[in-house]
Amino acid sequence: MIQHLASLPILIPMLTGIILLMPPCGKNLHIRRVMSVLMSIITLAVSAFLLLHVNSTAPMVYAIGDWSAPFGIVLVADRLATLLVVLTSLLGAVVVLYSCAGDDKKGSFFHPLVHFLILGVNGAFLTGDVFNLFVFFEVLLIASYSLLMHGGDKHSTRAALQYVILNLIGSSVFLIALGVLYGVVGTLNIADLAQKVPQLTGDDVYLAKIGGLLLIVVFALKGALLPLHLWLPNTYASATPVVAALFAIMTKVGVYAMLRVYTVIFGDNAGELAHMAQPWLWGLALATIILGSIGVLASQDFRKLIANLVIVSVGTLVALVAIQNVAATAALLYYLVHSTIVCAVLFLLADLIAHQRGKVADRLVAGRAVAQPFLLGISFVIAALTVVGMPPLSGFVGKIWILKSTLDSEKGMVFWPIYLLSSLALLVAISRAGTSLFWDRKFKESEAVEGIKAHPLKVTAMLLLLVCSPLMVIFAGPISDFMLATSEQLFDINTSINNVLQGGR
Amino acid sequence: MEVLYASCVGVLVACGIYLILRARTFPVVLGLTMLSYAVNLFLFSSGRLTINKAAVLGSASEYADPLPQALVLTAIVIGFAMTAFVVILSIRGRADLGNDHVDGHLVKSSKERK
Repeated sequence: MIQHLASLPILIPMLTGIILLMPPCGKNLHIRRVMSVLMSIITLAVSAFLLLHVNSTAPMVYAIGDWSAPFGIVLVADRLATLLVVLTSLLGAVVVLYSCAGDDKKGSFFHPLVHFLILGVNGAFLTGDVFNLFVFFEVLLIASYSLLMHGGDKHSTRAALQYVILNLIGSSVFLIALGVLYGVVGTLNIADLAQKVPQLTGDDVYLAKIGGLLLIVVFALKGALLPLHLWLPNTYASATPVVAALFAIMTKVGVYAMLRVYTVIFGDNAGELAHMAQPWLWGLALATIILGSIGVLASQDFRKLIANLVIVSVGTLVALVAIQNVAATAALLYYLVHSTIVCAVLFLLADLIAHQRGKVADRLVAGRAVAQPFLLGISFVIAALTVVGMPPLSGFVGKIWILKSTLDSEKGMVFWPIYLLSSLALLVAISRAGTSLFWDRKFKESEAVEGIKAHPLKVTAMLLLLVCSPLMVIFAGPISDFMLATSEQLFDINTSINNVLQGGR
Repeated sequence: MEVLYASCVGVLVACGIYLILRARTFPVVLGLTMLSYAVNLFLFSSGRLTINKAAVLGSASEYADPLPQALVLTAIVIGFAMTAFVVILSIRGRADLGNDHVDGHLVKSSKERK
């Protein structure tokens, strides 16, 4: 039984999605909600168990259908993949819980789609095959297209149309890149690619380079890196906030794919092609941080502001991918977990605040006071301090770690000023947003309307995520040890190649 | 054969990109379809173009690479689903936004909307 564990984070959401479509779950809202919450908690529990198992023993390699590694598709559950699977499942569980307060009634099939999205994201993290990565990308994308339209209006139709068209073009580019790589190298298994890419000679090297660089375009589109980030603010701001909170993980899929492909395949061992993506990623990442910060300052409503925060976090993450050493990657992983959680919290908070402010919703203008200033205010302060990186919360730990890991390399000279100035811009923008959301009132009579208190389930779900930030500081010691171990495992390419190609049973 | 095949893929990609850059949803959908055809042909050729090679059944010493065929099948299925989705979404966009511009508004009628 234990050897099938690696496939469960993919299988459980898939079965859940199907069960939720069938009677009695399909008909009865109450049963559907209970089932959905229950199954998302089970997914989380199984993922956490997988993480504990993988952490204490070697990475698990699961050959689907018992076709061993270079011929069949394998799932590789190492520390990095399972960490992100746990993060996805946690986010999924919280989002499902939050939506049970009423957001799931705004359109049909909310719960099945969320589980299909989790299936796609978990699959993308676990797979050990680049073509399978493409398939899981498509699974998560088609779920995200439908979720984006969930409970939407005209604006979300327009945003969805642009998002879908962009991603379809992205998929075509992905396939072209895979075709080129397969034509040259003759395999699509990540471990096998890592083994064969260094042996390329002559013109094949350039073809492989073209394939590898085309992949940057795809991952940059998914991850919202600079020239391809324009879809993100509109998409995230027009999605229902609870969906946007779940989407916080989706840009991270792009970052994860970059980390995996450019560390394992085109990493230290890749001969002529070693570190070929790094100059591109480095420049684009810094530009993304700058433009994201400008976007944060310029945002007119709170959800758009958070969407721009997502862009800044992607820029930071990709810059760390480009540095490519163990310390920077460990810092990246800590920051990735932290930024995913805090962006999700902010989207959920934006929903609660917008609901209580009535007509002005989340626009950053003078409006009605919120009905629960204490609860929402405190939560906002915690989330804001976290996302800006002020002590004593998880953003601060992540930021210090990032700065420390970039100190030694000469790249730090460029990175430090940009990153710190961007933090200052974030601080200014968030303070201004908080001021206008909570304190700015135009009319004396625009007092809070009692009786539109937030649903307790929504508050619980939001607090569940919010409390992760202090927890990440309290347990910073064990967590950082784990991140370092994860990062070392990722960079230990030869061991993982052997593990996949020989142990795939 | 290689020249013919490659130029066919190239023409399809060029037409696809041209159509995608149009501002109306119908040409964009057509362009996406063309692009996905081109991609499927391209993927197919990544297993090298050969004539009269056996499939991987039995014990032929020379056989055609089966993997690109599997990849193309997958890509066709996924591309088909995505095209269906984008067609429906375009129709919905036409209904919701009142026109078929990808930005949701025509340049001329921007005053009328207000």
